[in-house]
Amino acid sequence: MNALIPPLLALVLSPLLLGVINRTKARFAGRRGQPVLQLYFDLAKLLRKGAVYSRTTTWVFRAGPMVGLAAALTAILLVPLGALPAPLAFGGDLVLFAYLLGLMRFFTVLAALDTGSSFEGMGASREVLFSALAEPALLLGLAALARRADSLSLSGIMAAVSPVAWGTGGVVLALVTAALMVVLLAENARIPVDDPNTHLELTMIHEVMVLDHSGPDLAMILYGAALKLWVMSALLAGLIVPLRSGKVWLDAAGTLGGLLIVAVLIGIVESSMARLRLLRVPQLLVAAGALAALALILVLR
Amino acid sequence: MNTDLLLILVALTNLRVLGSSRLGACIRTTAVQGVLLGLLPLLVNPLTFHTLVLAAGSVALKGIVFPWLLFRALREAEVQREVEPFVGYNLSLLLGVAAIGVAVWVSRQLPLPGAAPSSLIAPVALFSILAGLLVIISRRKAVSQVLGFLILENGIYTFGVGLVRETSFLVELGVLLDVFVGVFVMGITIFHINREFDHIDTDQLSTLRDWRR
Repeated sequence: MNALIPPLLALVLSPLLLGVINRTKARFAGRRGQPVLQLYFDLAKLLRKGAVYSRTTTWVFRAGPMVGLAAALTAILLVPLGALPAPLAFGGDLVLFAYLLGLMRFFTVLAALDTGSSFEGMGASREVLFSALAEPALLLGLAALARRADSLSLSGIMAAVSPVAWGTGGVVLALVTAALMVVLLAENARIPVDDPNTHLELTMIHEVMVLDHSGPDLAMILYGAALKLWVMSALLAGLIVPLRSGKVWLDAAGTLGGLLIVAVLIGIVESSMARLRLLRVPQLLVAAGALAALALILVLR
Repeated sequence: MNTDLLLILVALTNLRVLGSSRLGACIRTTAVQGVLLGLLPLLVNPLTFHTLVLAAGSVALKGIVFPWLLFRALREAEVQREVEPFVGYNLSLLLGVAAIGVAVWVSRQLPLPGAAPSSLIAPVALFSILAGLLVIISRRKAVSQVLGFLILENGIYTFGVGLVRETSFLVELGVLLDVFVGVFVMGITIFHINREFDHIDTDQLSTLRDWRR
């Protein structure tokens, strides 16, 4: 029964994470900000609407949001919440995790290309470029953690993180945490890489690809994005809150606190940084990859 | 702060210099590296008057004097960033990571005298040497090349302080003085190169020759 807690919490609470980020940004800007539950209202509103499909699109366009959401729903089954193991845990599930995110992205890109809009094609090409650079950082970071924990499963990796592990191998964990943070910002289209607020600007990446989706399709995309943010933040929270008491509710509360910290951190980064120039983004991602590679070398040493 | 953490930070400063195009940031990062390495003798050796003087000397030279000299050269040359290096920044970073791998591999093969205070000393020292060489050969501006030279020297210093405990105090101070003179002379040379040619791109200096009709 306990194994169902992480996915259930993800299903219920993931839109809240974006609310927390937006509230943090609003506080920094001196505004009151939208309600913390805004995304829930948006989703409810979108689900009641009808969808409009362009005549140039095919079934690929309609399949995009569904496959994306399905991939995200599968991913939340693999990600543990701190000490709480995921319902699905087997050796090598971290590779499946990485490529579920890849599948989600692939279908978003296909749906964007399917519209035939040159604007969306541009966004798709950028998304693919940046994710190709973010993937080595993610996989190398996970590889370093897996080698440290001597386990090829995300649940096993998270179970091996403890205050003692931070004491002995804190450097490796800190390097991986930094690399994963950059990957999180890039994969979820947050600020140093992409600006989630700009809907009509030429430098935007992720937002441009979903311009043609409407109604329930857009709701699926927004919910899928929230789940993706949740799973990546859950990984980070499991790393930065090494609480492994064995008591289910205490561990869950600790990791939820960690998720809150990650969300506030993202809000702070977004409020205090400008978006990088498009040419500088690959450099940031390569640097994250370098950090992850350094961590891996240190572990293998 | 333990030795491992300090050495990792040194490795990270190397990566930062490899990946940054702003010369000011590079100078600052090298200064941080110098200060970190200045603290190294305090961590690996028993606290004596000699180690204290050596640490204070390196911190003062590498953390304060060198940055000041280089910033002065930078201001006079009126350059802010490295434009068009021979090897791009992303590739430099990747080469840097490869260099870490090579350094770890080589230091495993090396028979080292005595017990090192940390297993990271030899890899990080070798990595600094490789990173310094990479900066020297891949950048155009004279200031970057001075920085590469400094990083190279930092690597050798790490090796010396960390592994060869019996080096005499005099030798260490002598090396420090040599580096000081080197950087001093290079700072002045950069200034004069800039005044004569209006730039400090070293690759264009290779076409220098006597004036002919």
